[in-house]
Amino acid sequence: MSDCCLRGENLHLWRGDRHVLRGVDFSVARGECLQVAGSNGTGKTSLLRTLSGLMYPEEGRVLWQGKDVRGDLLGFQADMAYIGHEPPLKADLTPRENLRYWIGIRWPISRDEEEKALQRVGAQTWSNRPVRTLSAGQKRRVALAGLALMTVPLWLLDEPTTNLDTEGQRLVGSLIEEHLARGGLVVAAIHHDLSVSATAVRRLELARE
Amino acid sequence: MDRRDLIGGSRDVRTGGRALTPALAAARLTLVRDLRLAFRKRGQLVQPLVFFAIVTTLFPLAVSPELSRLRDIAPGVLWVAALLSSLLALEFLFRDDAHDGTLEQYALSGQSLTWLLFAKTVAHWLLTGLPLAVMAPLAGLSLGVPAAAIPGIVASVAVGSVALSLIGSVGAALTLAVKRSGALLSLLTLPLAMPVLIFGARATELAIKGGDFSAPLQLLAALAVLGITLAPLATAAAVRINLE
Amino acid sequence: MASWTWFHRLGSPPYIYSLAARLTPWFAWPAAALILGGLYGGLVLAPPDYQQGDGFRIIYVHAPSAWMSLMVYMTMAISAGVGLIWRMKVAHAVAASCAPIGASFTFCALVTGSLWGQPMWGTFWEWDPRLTSELILLFLYLGYMGLRSAMEDVQRADRSSAVLAVVGIVNVPIIHYSVTWWKSLHQAPSVMKLARPAMPPSMLIPLLMMLLGFTLFFVAVLLVRLRGEVLSRERSASWIREAVSP
Repeated sequence: MSDCCLRGENLHLWRGDRHVLRGVDFSVARGECLQVAGSNGTGKTSLLRTLSGLMYPEEGRVLWQGKDVRGDLLGFQADMAYIGHEPPLKADLTPRENLRYWIGIRWPISRDEEEKALQRVGAQTWSNRPVRTLSAGQKRRVALAGLALMTVPLWLLDEPTTNLDTEGQRLVGSLIEEHLARGGLVVAAIHHDLSVSATAVRRLELARE
Repeated sequence: MDRRDLIGGSRDVRTGGRALTPALAAARLTLVRDLRLAFRKRGQLVQPLVFFAIVTTLFPLAVSPELSRLRDIAPGVLWVAALLSSLLALEFLFRDDAHDGTLEQYALSGQSLTWLLFAKTVAHWLLTGLPLAVMAPLAGLSLGVPAAAIPGIVASVAVGSVALSLIGSVGAALTLAVKRSGALLSLLTLPLAMPVLIFGARATELAIKGGDFSAPLQLLAALAVLGITLAPLATAAAVRINLE
Repeated sequence: MASWTWFHRLGSPPYIYSLAARLTPWFAWPAAALILGGLYGGLVLAPPDYQQGDGFRIIYVHAPSAWMSLMVYMTMAISAGVGLIWRMKVAHAVAASCAPIGASFTFCALVTGSLWGQPMWGTFWEWDPRLTSELILLFLYLGYMGLRSAMEDVQRADRSSAVLAVVGIVNVPIIHYSVTWWKSLHQAPSVMKLARPAMPPSMLIPLLMMLLGFTLFFVAVLLVRLRGEVLSRERSASWIREAVSP
């Protein structure tokens, strides 16, 4: 299993009285995308948050390169990017500033990289407006620009295509494809099928009860 | 797999160009961000100061306009007002960031959350504690405090408010997930802040009487140092718990 | 690993539930005997104080309550810390059960303190450093309970309030010394002191009995509350039905 990079073993998670995750097992290797599927309330978000280290499973463990992530959580998180339901943006800052402060706490980004990422998601024309004035789809695109700048091995994406038009959804697909091509891993919670070449995608179906 | 495999050699260039350690650089960036955000909303920025001014105005109206009487209660008035106004802005210290998901990104950045939140607390102090230290002598003068007492008042409020911001950051982090947390936040924070109030008011009182206020000031400084060492750890732990 | 099994068993709710039930009488009866004996010794047998007359007798309730108010806070903070570090649910349940007991002891210490002060000071409340510290301690307890009740999610309430308890225990000595320092600037030391070396055995022994009795009483109440706490936390677990139905 030297090839296996991210592994979940028998993950159990309780939220109050609710048994959200009931023994989830999976593994994702380099260049693979794991699509987490299941209807609402089956714990897709909880699974991603557990993988990211935000939530602590009652039972089971998450392994990154063969080691329990709890051993070196910060080191694991430095290798990982997580984008949740809502794009993590400050309403009073412009997309440009948001990227600088968001990605910047990991490593400094140059103007050039910033520009390229904004161009990639088609944000050049509105990159200097406060995020407050942008539409939901535009905000999502800014989050994707951030993702494009996250040159870390593991991406955890929670509904990355929400609020996006078809062109935006294709953009998500191509970002993921590029990431897989350079040896990255993706775990994405998503309803419909990804527009990614099918060989690299595996599905993990979460069921209710 | 090494991160460098994935992104090629560019990372070496990036880390090479960095003067500070990554954690400190990230903390500095967080501080800059918070200050910039605060200056985008100047109206909210001055609210604690206006509150401080209003509270100090209440006392002459409620007690007596005689300066000799006001001078006696001035240390207490200044410190209670400072305590309450530093409390006022606390509720939003982490709340906005928790709502828009940026706090989550801090927690997942692979950087030390303790440092990042400490940077946010420093920003809070720069935006409330420091202005209060500047305002306090003015309020003091209106309560009949002699001009000679100004250095003592500034010093004690400046040092004491460091401790207040740090204690407050723990309370703000603990009540992060509570809706309408204002009253609860006061209930958690005020008992812990009482030593600061005692030493701060004593230093101010001695400064007004023209005495040597170095002893209570040193005790205040000790509380601030203790706060700097311990509070960020508790704050980070509380934030992680409430992001769960 | 074998030596650790006791630790793991302590983490198991059904085991704790039955253990608490079995242990309760072992604490409750000695507590009752000691408290009754101590009260008789203190209120009837002990001679009146040469300065304070019979008024001093309230010490037999006041001092153990004040002692317990701190003891319980320490127990609470330590078990909260254990719960935080080893993620032990039962430790959190212990901490949660401690808070109302500790708050009651603190309240009792405040009331008896002000009753004691009345003949001495002529007022029911005096800003005596010990009473002031006790009052702040009561606020700490209330803050802890307030934080717990504000959170719906039990795990989050457990862990958040645990951080608060640990922060509080660091602050308790600071608060105590700052309040003592504050009072020493404004007034001579408190009247609420008995000349320690002069306390004869006939006064001291009932006091020690009361201290021990209160401590055992606390453990007994804690065990009862702990059972309730475990029941409410595990209400959906299958072992509960077997444990409660017979």
